[in-house]
Amino acid sequence: MARVVVDVMLKPEILDPQGRAVQGALGRLGLTGVADVRQGKQFVIDIEGDLEGERLELMHRLAEELLSNPVIEDYRMQVLPDAQDVAQ
Amino acid sequence: MSPRVGVVTFPGSLDDRDAARAVRIAGGEAVALWHGDDDLHGVDAVVLPGGFSYGDYLRCGAIARFAPVMASLVDAAKGGLPVLGICNGFQILCESHLLPGALTRNDSLHFICRDQRLRIEDTSSTWTADYAAGQEIVIPLKNGEGGFVADERTLDMLEGEGRVVARYLEVNPNGSRRDIAGIRNERGNVVGLMPHPEHAVEELTGPSTDGLAFFTSVLNSLVASS
Repeated sequence: MARVVVDVMLKPEILDPQGRAVQGALGRLGLTGVADVRQGKQFVIDIEGDLEGERLELMHRLAEELLSNPVIEDYRMQVLPDAQDVAQ
Repeated sequence: MSPRVGVVTFPGSLDDRDAARAVRIAGGEAVALWHGDDDLHGVDAVVLPGGFSYGDYLRCGAIARFAPVMASLVDAAKGGLPVLGICNGFQILCESHLLPGALTRNDSLHFICRDQRLRIEDTSSTWTADYAAGQEIVIPLKNGEGGFVADERTLDMLEGEGRVVARYLEVNPNGSRRDIAGIRNERGNVVGLMPHPEHAVEELTGPSTDGLAFFTSVLNSLVASS
């Protein structure tokens, strides 16, 4: 079992109104000095067997083409070898 | 025989019936197309309607882009088939890379629903030929993620090639870069528009009939080329 974790964030130059709203709320709740908040998404994908070769390439491609939109977002993908270990 | 204009229904499409009605009012024959069917049934043009395909999950239009009908539609559009994407349809066209850029959450974070004044900037597209250059129109706008974004180079390219089809006037409702409400592809057969011309095709139900010319434009161009 392999676990793939894909983090997707809006590119730095794209305005993030949700992050800005959260930034405002943090300030209203007493947290001082919040310089910036960016909100993103995390996908946690468990895959049977080892993720190698063509399947790994396909996973990368789908992280770029489906899970993120390269026009406005960057993604970062990590492959963790054993989902049993990381689930604990 | 009047031209046949397909209207695709995805799970969560909302304005497919209004789009079909607009096609009929403009004098065309509306043909229902289904997201799961890769057959375009020989239609002469296609409208991707507004709504919330696949619940807007992941990103607006991101899952619809991979529907079976879209594979056929992308090929046909590259071959010159006229395609109009309205609102969610515009989002799907951007996700499909038939149009550049992307639509992001309104800068206000509010869902906007209002009658919006626009200026038609380009009348060379298949869908705007019946307008006068610079014509101002009022049609409904309703979206939560309608802010058009692209990098500066792409925006300059769109402006330079006259591919900005419509621009917001008076107020920029959603933070769109350079007040862009709609764009076209290089060839002019594919147009994406955030406001809804299909809701402004008769006096009884719309704020105006200003939207009708999108539909008469494509029908006239099809008749002229047949």
